[in-house]
Amino acid sequence: MSAPETSEQKLGEPPKHGRTEPLNVEQASFAYSASARSTPTFTLAATTFQAHERELVAILGPNASGKSTLLQLIAGTIAPLSGRVELDGQETSRLDPRIRAQRIAVVQQESPVVFPALAGDYVLQGRHPYGQGLRLASKEDIAIAENALAQVGAQHLAGRRMAELSGGEKQRVILARALAQQPRLILLDEPTLHLDIGAQVELLECLRELAEEHRYAVVIVTHELALTAEFADQVVLLQHGRCLRVGSPAAVYQRELLEQVFEAPLDVEPGPAGRPRVNLRARRRQDAT
Amino acid sequence: MRPLTLKRLLWTCGLLAVVLLGCVVLALKLGAVPISVTDLMWDLGRVAVGGSDPLPSEYSMIVFDLRLPRILLGILVGASLSVAGASFQALLRNPLADPFVLGVSSGAALGSILAMIVVPQLALLTPLGAFLGAIATIAAVYFLGRREGQLDSSTLLLGGIISASFLSAIIMFLMTTLAGRDLRGMVFWLMGDLSTPVSAGLRWILTVGLFAGVGAIYTTAADLNLLLSGEREAIHLGVDVTRVKLVVYVSASLLTALAVSASGAIGYVGLLVPHAMRLLFGSDYRLLIPASALGGAIVIVLADTLARTIVAPTELPVGAMTAMAGAPVFIYLLRRGTR
Repeated sequence: MSAPETSEQKLGEPPKHGRTEPLNVEQASFAYSASARSTPTFTLAATTFQAHERELVAILGPNASGKSTLLQLIAGTIAPLSGRVELDGQETSRLDPRIRAQRIAVVQQESPVVFPALAGDYVLQGRHPYGQGLRLASKEDIAIAENALAQVGAQHLAGRRMAELSGGEKQRVILARALAQQPRLILLDEPTLHLDIGAQVELLECLRELAEEHRYAVVIVTHELALTAEFADQVVLLQHGRCLRVGSPAAVYQRELLEQVFEAPLDVEPGPAGRPRVNLRARRRQDAT
Repeated sequence: MRPLTLKRLLWTCGLLAVVLLGCVVLALKLGAVPISVTDLMWDLGRVAVGGSDPLPSEYSMIVFDLRLPRILLGILVGASLSVAGASFQALLRNPLADPFVLGVSSGAALGSILAMIVVPQLALLTPLGAFLGAIATIAAVYFLGRREGQLDSSTLLLGGIISASFLSAIIMFLMTTLAGRDLRGMVFWLMGDLSTPVSAGLRWILTVGLFAGVGAIYTTAADLNLLLSGEREAIHLGVDVTRVKLVVYVSASLLTALAVSASGAIGYVGLLVPHAMRLLFGSDYRLLIPASALGGAIVIVLADTLARTIVAPTELPVGAMTAMAGAPVFIYLLRRGTR
């Protein structure tokens, strides 16, 4: 089932595609409309940023700000109306679906399992883009899937049913499936949405380590201000389909800007290692005084 | 981790094939005129090696002209309906999806009836009418099931149920225009019936159609495993979703049409058999599709044998048997736990 290109690489390592250019999103825009002639119901204005190897980029913004649309543009499942989205110099939306799945792995908000499936077999689905026909798993595929589970500390879950796993365990298994794809770029759409705070931190620490050790570029869609400040290398701040700012958390986390975007009173303080700290400032009821 | 291996695939299919063979022998033996299994095996062997003594004409007629063609038809119909059901369940990510729930069977039945009324002298056009009816219905249901450009499983199922009831009303209307003798046969056929002999030509169409339809669906088996997690998930894992959907919708409609044109509306098979196979062998479509084909054949052969013998010499429609047996067996399998 495995493609020849996996034979020269270590298990779990992203394949060497020959070029090391980062993800390049250049003036990419998109518009949703009910039909070709009608007025767009939502527009994502031209957005530009790059993601490098070993880098964790957060696409940050409140609901309906265009985060998931931008993620789909990067994933190549929709083509930009203008501008370009390139990975290794190739437009993601023009890649053959199988090749695209070998280079970009997407972890969605929810990954429903309709019929019972073992976690190990679920991770093996990540080898699908490398096979043809019946895609019976080879020994190498099984080794890659086991290694992917080990990378996220979930090898003990291989024989468990997906429906029996906790939210945090399930998210790790889903991430392991993405790693089994041996991608260059990992995209995550609100991966911490249904997790408690402990599991959220665990998942982001795991992503941080994976990006560092295995040279992945990681892009996360999120509205978690505190976690983004703690873990992201770069932040793309969106509001109402417009990209307001791109830069390090310290550069983007300006109190007035965040308060205006998230429509909430916030305190932003400098934290250790130059990373900002964000706290929600409780609104005082006027009649309390 | 328990990945599917070629060995497990072949062993499972082999086991089911042996069970099917046992059911065929049982079905040949049982009936209004019981036949000894030893004599039957001896005579079948003698015929196979070209023995000189001809078989008694009455015996030969019962085994080779009445029971065997009916059993073979049951195998084709059972396999077709089961594979169609399993396919629709994956495409729609809904365990309740089934050719009958989606209205595809009703569309095929209406197409068959129209072909029978318009060109009664051309029996071979019945499967074509059924296919056109099935494909038109699934296209209409697919259109009804779209919301804001996306396929919504619940809306689609609702569209299927509404279409089935609308098409059934048209069928009832058409049936009232038929003469009394035709009406009884048509009612029996609509309930699901294998007793009406089909021509050799139609049997060939059914056989070729079954292998073509199941073969086409089987080429997408690995993709269907991913489609169970949603279209977007499948796209992200490299599946050409548009092609897979087209292949499976057309093939599953073809299988339903062939089954309905030969035996009418046999219910529960497309729902019950894939679920039973899933509980026994797991949810992997690379195994589930051949297991459903063989399991469907087993269920129909057994159900038809019961239908022939339970109140012999009177015969019941096999559709009534599957409907009566379907619910309790389903509950039993469900209570045994899922895998």
